[in-house]
Amino acid sequence: MTVTATRTTLRVGKVGERLLRDDAGPKVKGAFAFSSDLSAPGMLWGDTLRSPHAHARIVSVDISQALALPGVHAVLTHADVPGRKTYGLEFPDQPVLAVDRVRYVGEPVAVVAADHPEQARRALAAIRVEYEPLELVVDMERALEQEPLHPDRPTMGHGYRDDPRPNVVRHIVIRHGDPDTAGEVVVRGDYEVGSQDQAFLGPESGLAIPDGEGGVDIHVATQWIHVDRDQVAPCLALEPERVRIHLAGVGGAFGGREDLSMQIHGALLALHTGRPVKMSYDREESFTGHVHRHPARIWCEHRATRDGRITCVRMRILLDGGAYASSSTAVASNAASFALGPYRVDNALIEATAVYTNNPPCGAMRGFGAVQTCFAAEAQMDRLAAELGIDPVELRLLNALEPGDSLPTGQVIAGSLPTREVIRRAAALPVPVEEPLPRDPLRLPGGAGNTTNGEGVRRGVGFALGFKNICYSEGFDDSCAARVVLREDGTAVVHVASAEVGQGVIGVILQVARTELGTEEVTLAPAETASVGSAGSSSASRMTWMAAGAVRDACRAAVEERERRGDGEVDLERVYRHPRTTPLDPETGQITGERAHVALAVAAMRVVVEVDVELGLSRVVWVGTAQDVGRAVNPLAVEGQIEGGTAQGLGLALMEELVTRDGAILNASFTDYLIPTALDMPPVDVDLVEAPEPDAPYGAKG
Amino acid sequence: MRISLTVNGERREADLWGGESLLALLRDALELPGSKNACEQGECGSCSVLLDGELVCSCLVLAAQADGHAVVTVEGLASGDELHPVQQAFVDAGAVQCGFCTPGLVVAVTDLLVRVPDPSDDEVREALSGNLCRCTGYAKIFDAVRLAAERR
Repeated sequence: MTVTATRTTLRVGKVGERLLRDDAGPKVKGAFAFSSDLSAPGMLWGDTLRSPHAHARIVSVDISQALALPGVHAVLTHADVPGRKTYGLEFPDQPVLAVDRVRYVGEPVAVVAADHPEQARRALAAIRVEYEPLELVVDMERALEQEPLHPDRPTMGHGYRDDPRPNVVRHIVIRHGDPDTAGEVVVRGDYEVGSQDQAFLGPESGLAIPDGEGGVDIHVATQWIHVDRDQVAPCLALEPERVRIHLAGVGGAFGGREDLSMQIHGALLALHTGRPVKMSYDREESFTGHVHRHPARIWCEHRATRDGRITCVRMRILLDGGAYASSSTAVASNAASFALGPYRVDNALIEATAVYTNNPPCGAMRGFGAVQTCFAAEAQMDRLAAELGIDPVELRLLNALEPGDSLPTGQVIAGSLPTREVIRRAAALPVPVEEPLPRDPLRLPGGAGNTTNGEGVRRGVGFALGFKNICYSEGFDDSCAARVVLREDGTAVVHVASAEVGQGVIGVILQVARTELGTEEVTLAPAETASVGSAGSSSASRMTWMAAGAVRDACRAAVEERERRGDGEVDLERVYRHPRTTPLDPETGQITGERAHVALAVAAMRVVVEVDVELGLSRVVWVGTAQDVGRAVNPLAVEGQIEGGTAQGLGLALMEELVTRDGAILNASFTDYLIPTALDMPPVDVDLVEAPEPDAPYGAKG
Repeated sequence: MRISLTVNGERREADLWGGESLLALLRDALELPGSKNACEQGECGSCSVLLDGELVCSCLVLAAQADGHAVVTVEGLASGDELHPVQQAFVDAGAVQCGFCTPGLVVAVTDLLVRVPDPSDDEVREALSGNLCRCTGYAKIFDAVRLAAERR
């Protein structure tokens, strides 16, 4: 197979209709080209030498033996990086290839290109690197007292709170009301959340093709092609126009493809050899090749009146950001902003600190900081309910955050936030009746591994809320461009650089274009940096909102232009921006403008779990969930997102944790890192709560 | 080394390194990348193919072991432009998101419905427990299996 731009012609319905995916046809046939499926004539295979040490000085690197092996065309180190030696999503603190120090197990040290993947692997084994191990920083609490891993403090001077402690990536303090306010009842809890892997199935992979004139085309699975280009080009010492990023088929993302993987490495090898170079990680390399969900430690104190009204919350949140900054500053901000859950709290003190360690780098993963604190906040609500003798659902209804209330940052909720409706709808979903014993062991906790007749099985029902922002926050006001070409024959071509990562944004774009243009004859062009402006990232629950806004505006402008001109082809681009946000005050954590977050969304979940109290095994029997989606542009796709997100949450709650020792991941495989299978997933009843967001195109959140 | 085998009804030959897996043979030498490379350790099922009619993870089979045998991959299920009923059911049920696990699941469900034309929910869950999906939570995949079974 060679690289060909696939043009997708869709005949789908309009906004709000239940639509099947057009790319499902090629995907079920095995004909859809994922990034790891690409090839080109004369292609070489690239591979990466990674550090076995979590923290070490590099004494020497000898590539001579590797270069002499048959089939090997290039062995490159940091000395071969022609431009900037470091890169990063927000702060360029991560070396393209390690210079004189490695800070985590798996850090790239050298890259090779060879005729065959096995020759590339042998070349890696022939590179001699001498390391001098340094003291490890692997405990997130001790990190604040150890030698700094980044003495130049890359995140200083960006408007964050000044914190002189070593290894602080960002420290946020939110003071709201009077944090010394007392309560008649106090509950305290300490919580720990492990690191989670995105575990997308498509490995990091791509194909870099030199253009013969010093530039390069990179076909890669990613979440934001323009920000990739803006990180890659300076490292290659090239103008951005000479680096063209093309979105290849993406086998899942979940935040793990926001940071670069093979982009710069592949381009370096391609430009050095003058030949196309493909890189494709295996699963173990994938576990070290992308950022993970931050592990967290959270200390909480909730104070309330006897009748159940929360008077004050104090929380301290510590997040292990690992070796490099990635998006830790924003994850810390989200963790702090949503720490209380969707509850009205007039007095609070929230501290969140993200730290550098020699653990694997952490960054974006679905939920982005709001997941870790959700666990703590919801567990606290249950403790409070138990202490007060109030029904946990009633306690949540009593304290529910609603429009007109304030977030702890002082932001008044102006848009939609149907917290009470979501709680009531989830609580009303009927729980299945308990299945009598004896049963097939497949339906006992532990499944076929359960050796009893179920005598020890006890059943419980849990209820919890989730709370998160929509779009980027704190003044990171991104945009989305859409280009519409209206041809004289009435057909239309739409260009949007958004990454289709499985979520179905290609359907959203065409639904909007069909709705606005009133024609079915709409074609979506491939996403590439050369043909249209940035779409921003497929992340932060933003791509549907932003792409819908951009395509709507471009379509309306194109229709007006055609009416004005009467005939001829119309080709125009429009850039959509969401309502403006501003940073939090670095000292108080309070808003400095109208809002720090664009919009908010809330979800409620009712879960039936059986536990075998003798064996310590559990089984999730059923999940019911009501979720605030603003408006479902494609209800089928929204259900799919909720069902899939529920599976990832179930995995985090019961099965998944990246285990590290001295900074090394001990379970970097699907044999040892378990994600939910078809046997682990219960039925999920989904109720979509539609309360349109006034600021969002078509009211859609997400 | 040189090997010869039947893939999707066609005689194919290849000259390859002895350590190559059947998956690598299919994807790289025979240009059939429909079988996917998600874990390459037999845990995720995305490389599932039928080897002499038996469901296997092609990453765990040496290419050399397939010499003289018959392999059916996901590319061999559709007849021309017409999708296999299992493939059509995956499209119609909305069971595809990113789609990386889809080829392996389509092959596994095809195998299941040949062996068990009207499987119970538990039979479906057990049969598909070797195929990981990270996007869908499996709900719509179960819908697709039911739909395919009903249409048989």
